[in-house]
Amino acid sequence: MGPAIVDSFRKLDPRIMFRNPVMFVTLVGAVLTTVSIFTSSPGPAGQGFVIQLAIWLWFTVLFANFAEAMAEGRGKAQADSLRKARRDTMARRIHNGVETLVAASQLDKDDLVVCEAGDVIPSDGEVIDGIASVDEAAITGESAPVIRESGGDRSAVTGGTKVISDRIVIRITAEKGNTFLDRMISMVEGARRQKTPNEIALTILLSALTLIFLLVAVTLKPFGAYAGVDFSIPVLIALLVCLIPTTIGGLLSAIGISGIDRLIRRNVMATSGRAVEAAGDVDVLLLDKTGTITIGNRMASAFTPAPGVTEHQLADAAQLASLADETPEGRSIVVLAKEKFNIRARELAEPHAVFVPFTAQTRMSGVDFLAEDGSAGKGGGAPAATTVRSIRKGAADSVKAYVQSNGGEFPDEVSKAVEAASRAGRTPLVVAERRRVLGVVELKDVVKGGIKERFAQLRKMGIRTVMITGDNPLTAAAIAAEAGVDDFMAQATPEDKLRRIRLEQAEGHLVAMTGDGTNDAPALAQADVGVAMNTGTQAAREAGNMVDLDSNPTKLIEIVEIGKQLLMTRGSLTTFSIANDVAKYFAIIPALLMATFPAIVPLNVMHLASPQSAILSAVIFNALIIIALIPLALRGVQYRPLGAVAVLQRNLLIFGLGGLILPFLGIKAIDMAIVALGLV
Amino acid sequence: MSNVDWFSFALYVGLVALITRPLGLYLVQVLDANGKTFLDPVVRPLELLTYRLMGVDHNEEYDWKRYTMAMLLVSAVSCVFTYAILRLQHVLPLNPQGLPALGEALAFNTAVSFTTNTNWQSYVGESTMSYFSQMVALTLQNFMSAAVGIAIAAALVRGIAWQSGEALGNFWVDLVRIAYYLLLPVCVVFAVFLVSQGVPQNFRPYDTARLVEPIRLADGTSVETQSIAQGPVASQVAIKMLGTNGGGFYNTNAAHPYENPTPLSNFVQMLSIFAIGSALTYYLGRITRNPGHGWAVWAAMMVMFVAAVVVCGAAESRGNPLHQALGLAVADGNMEGKEVRFGIFASSLFAVITTSASCGAVNAMHDSFTALGGLVPLFMIELGEVVIGGVGAGLYGMLVFVILAVFIAGLMVGRTPEYLGKKIGAYDVKMAMLSLLVLCGSILGFTAWASASEWGTAGLNNSGPHGFSEMLYAYSSATGNNGSAFAGLTATPANGDIRYNLTLGLAMLIGRFLMIVPILALAGSLVRKKVAPPSPGTFPVSGATFVVLLVGCVLLVGALNFLPALALGPIVEHFLNLQGRMY
Repeated sequence: MGPAIVDSFRKLDPRIMFRNPVMFVTLVGAVLTTVSIFTSSPGPAGQGFVIQLAIWLWFTVLFANFAEAMAEGRGKAQADSLRKARRDTMARRIHNGVETLVAASQLDKDDLVVCEAGDVIPSDGEVIDGIASVDEAAITGESAPVIRESGGDRSAVTGGTKVISDRIVIRITAEKGNTFLDRMISMVEGARRQKTPNEIALTILLSALTLIFLLVAVTLKPFGAYAGVDFSIPVLIALLVCLIPTTIGGLLSAIGISGIDRLIRRNVMATSGRAVEAAGDVDVLLLDKTGTITIGNRMASAFTPAPGVTEHQLADAAQLASLADETPEGRSIVVLAKEKFNIRARELAEPHAVFVPFTAQTRMSGVDFLAEDGSAGKGGGAPAATTVRSIRKGAADSVKAYVQSNGGEFPDEVSKAVEAASRAGRTPLVVAERRRVLGVVELKDVVKGGIKERFAQLRKMGIRTVMITGDNPLTAAAIAAEAGVDDFMAQATPEDKLRRIRLEQAEGHLVAMTGDGTNDAPALAQADVGVAMNTGTQAAREAGNMVDLDSNPTKLIEIVEIGKQLLMTRGSLTTFSIANDVAKYFAIIPALLMATFPAIVPLNVMHLASPQSAILSAVIFNALIIIALIPLALRGVQYRPLGAVAVLQRNLLIFGLGGLILPFLGIKAIDMAIVALGLV
Repeated sequence: MSNVDWFSFALYVGLVALITRPLGLYLVQVLDANGKTFLDPVVRPLELLTYRLMGVDHNEEYDWKRYTMAMLLVSAVSCVFTYAILRLQHVLPLNPQGLPALGEALAFNTAVSFTTNTNWQSYVGESTMSYFSQMVALTLQNFMSAAVGIAIAAALVRGIAWQSGEALGNFWVDLVRIAYYLLLPVCVVFAVFLVSQGVPQNFRPYDTARLVEPIRLADGTSVETQSIAQGPVASQVAIKMLGTNGGGFYNTNAAHPYENPTPLSNFVQMLSIFAIGSALTYYLGRITRNPGHGWAVWAAMMVMFVAAVVVCGAAESRGNPLHQALGLAVADGNMEGKEVRFGIFASSLFAVITTSASCGAVNAMHDSFTALGGLVPLFMIELGEVVIGGVGAGLYGMLVFVILAVFIAGLMVGRTPEYLGKKIGAYDVKMAMLSLLVLCGSILGFTAWASASEWGTAGLNNSGPHGFSEMLYAYSSATGNNGSAFAGLTATPANGDIRYNLTLGLAMLIGRFLMIVPILALAGSLVRKKVAPPSPGTFPVSGATFVVLLVGCVLLVGALNFLPALALGPIVEHFLNLQGRMY
């Protein structure tokens, strides 16, 4: 709070104020009123009235500056901690095989540096050799280290993060002074903040309104001369300041800054305010299935035994075959068997059990039990010479081949079960013991809890969701139906994604997507809002216009909501500001004319005590309402996922009707207060 | 207001609603270069011949700049043409009364006035204009300026609806088709109807009638005869109403028994003022493929209209408290300045209609209305004449408010504001606000100048707030291209001071062209934009919420600016009246 107060005075600099025409006019008004304290002859009530007017006009300007300073202040603390991470580290630059120590700020793009355990990575880059675990807490706040390695989708490293094991060679990809950390700092500080398109349009509207009211106030002087009323300059300035939209004018930049701030606090870095605004406009979301719509992995969901086999037997065999299988799918089979038949997980460490891992050739995994004495069992085949039991699970065609090679048969019922599972969007695994097929284990994608409701809300807001998956169309359709997305793309390649985005955009839609791999980069760049995962490649992070430090694809939905909230707050406060004028007219116009035309007293509907108290009350209300609305500007108006009509009606009622009525009450209350205090 | 008043009012609104759709559908055909109408067999060859004579390629479409240039060219040429005729009136034919040429300032004022569809008249028709001037200079301009207004509105609607890149249509084709298929045929029928009601259509010299009872003047001379003006009245009155021009053949305009003889002619004239403006809202809905939107705009207009009529009618029927206190009042209200054959309500209704639309014809003297009753017409003009409005002008004026309403409130639904799928950007807001700024600047600026100078106050008929209303009304009327006068203001004084005529002329030019150019620029900007398909998240531009929003925007953004000025005029006057003071 303290620094914000200091800042609000610092921001009185006319060169800064000039960027905000509404508040600049208020500033000029405050100066002129102050001057007129000394130049004009004191009226019957003395100069006390003009002095108080001047004070409140200055407060109006300061309150607006304070709002902006408050909004900026919230980012400042974060910027300071980021700066600590940037403090000048030394880099070990390799040039022609010779290692030299240089300051990190001296690094050029394409320089090669080496980092070992304990080193702070000097700048953004790409790992070109080695693998290391990196602590990225400085930017993500997440203390668990992450793996960074050359090649693949996890090669990007960020300056300011720390290597905690091993050694990597990094090719620097950022220009001097334009690292991710630099951008992040300037973003949170609101420095170099450029006005967004909607903000520019709104500023034009507000400036034009200011100009119109300036005309109104200026022409009132000659009108008064005709009518025999001498309007004093301070009174006309008071009228002007009350009429121009100071409420929204004073809070506009605070709204913009706090919108970005809200993103930052959710660990999303936007490269521009424009992107945040575009997020509010998005009406198509391209969502990756895995991680966004479904929990990362498939889970076992049902056992379908073959004829002559009980479900219990199948579960038992499947569990045995999966005991050593550390993949999530394997573990889920163990869990399902335990849940359904209370089959306890048995230790597989016994020497006679041999785990057979999955290979690309066999496309099966399983377990072999050796005879306890190690002697030959009953079965035939090379490894089976010593096995007593051999269980396999795998894709239907592989298991079929395995069973048939052992002289067994693949029952029709099982084929049908396999087919049915595929059609339902599940992945069937067949379990067999040598020549005997035991049945089918179905694995299915698990849709995240609550996601369907989320999509329904999005649909109400007019946002369409498209699921992207590498699955075949059958599986994709089943999951799409379960998750309640509007559309899906099956067997999608990165090129398909890009094509889809272009198609949607050609139809006039605005598209948002998330991505992490290098092959996502073109689509991220093409999308109106491209959110790159922080774990992704440098290419992806460069291509998108936002980076999610938590690498959580579901966050796209929150980003859209923040964008909408930003626009809503602006619109609502503009409506409120303009609606306020009605009450202010009713306060000031009778006050202006009462002395010359006492007949106009009935127009003083609020029964304000005197012309002076009426004018002062309006000006005070006008100043205080800025302070009162700062929390709303920083927090944003309440967001609800409703259709446009419902949102409009709600906000019109609160901010339109409220904006009409509230100032009547407020001005009356202030009038009573200042009369009671004997200020006029 | 009596039951009969309410009935006639309901009948009026009902009939306006009834003609909106069929006339709107006809407009769709007229404003489509390849549209089909039942007049095609007769008019189409004539239309094509006109293009050939003008050297216009009627298949070519113009971008907004070319469209604007063509519009400005037509306006400039016809303005100069009118000026020339008025200056040369004395040597031109059809001048049975031998009227002299007009002075420079008056000719300028009149030429501008008729070119801009204002029809402010700083002269007395029957003693200033020859039949030739009335027919050729003024009536021609009535057609031209009305057609220009409709064409501009069509261009803006196309800008909103089309995604053609640049093209807004062909100005010449629009102009010719509006005149040939819409204005001329309707006016022929309308004029015949007016003649049937007793409106003259001749070239005779003025009749001289012997007074039943001679009038003895103060200086002792006795007046025994009266000169009764004649002329081709019906043909001019038809277009003056249909094209919302409003320039009367005679000085007292539609109050004159020859211009508006019967209650029926009065009713039909009122209907014709709103006809095209109302139908254009249907055109809007049709072309944008959102009929609900067209009706929502119409409903917003009508809400304001009905409210205005009720306020004005109530104020007039309540009458003047001073007269009532003295026992002088007519039982049913304020009859001062009103024709007995129309009565109070039909006069109030006419006053609101003529100022809602930028017509400006009057059948009663607005100057003689009560303070509140007179406030209403003044207020309607200052709204920007967006309640039905002048032909074309009303729609494009209203669309500016639609865009502002959509922009301000559109943000509230959490998206970049879009109007019928087109995003409203900084440039569009700039152009919309520019047109509002022009309106407000001209009205307040010129009034301020006049009220602070001797030439300004010298022309006033009344003192105090009422005198102020006269000035405010004059510049509002000129800027708004309305043309009605509060009467009482003398714009062409005997001392030859030209400043009223010049400033009013300037106000008319500013109010017309500085308004149209930003609007065409807006059309040019909109037509380049892609349309985003509608979804539940799209801002709704139809339905009751939108109507409320639009009315609120017009009142808050458009009218609040004039409240201080109105307070010094009619509002103060009203309260002083209540206290027993009159001006």
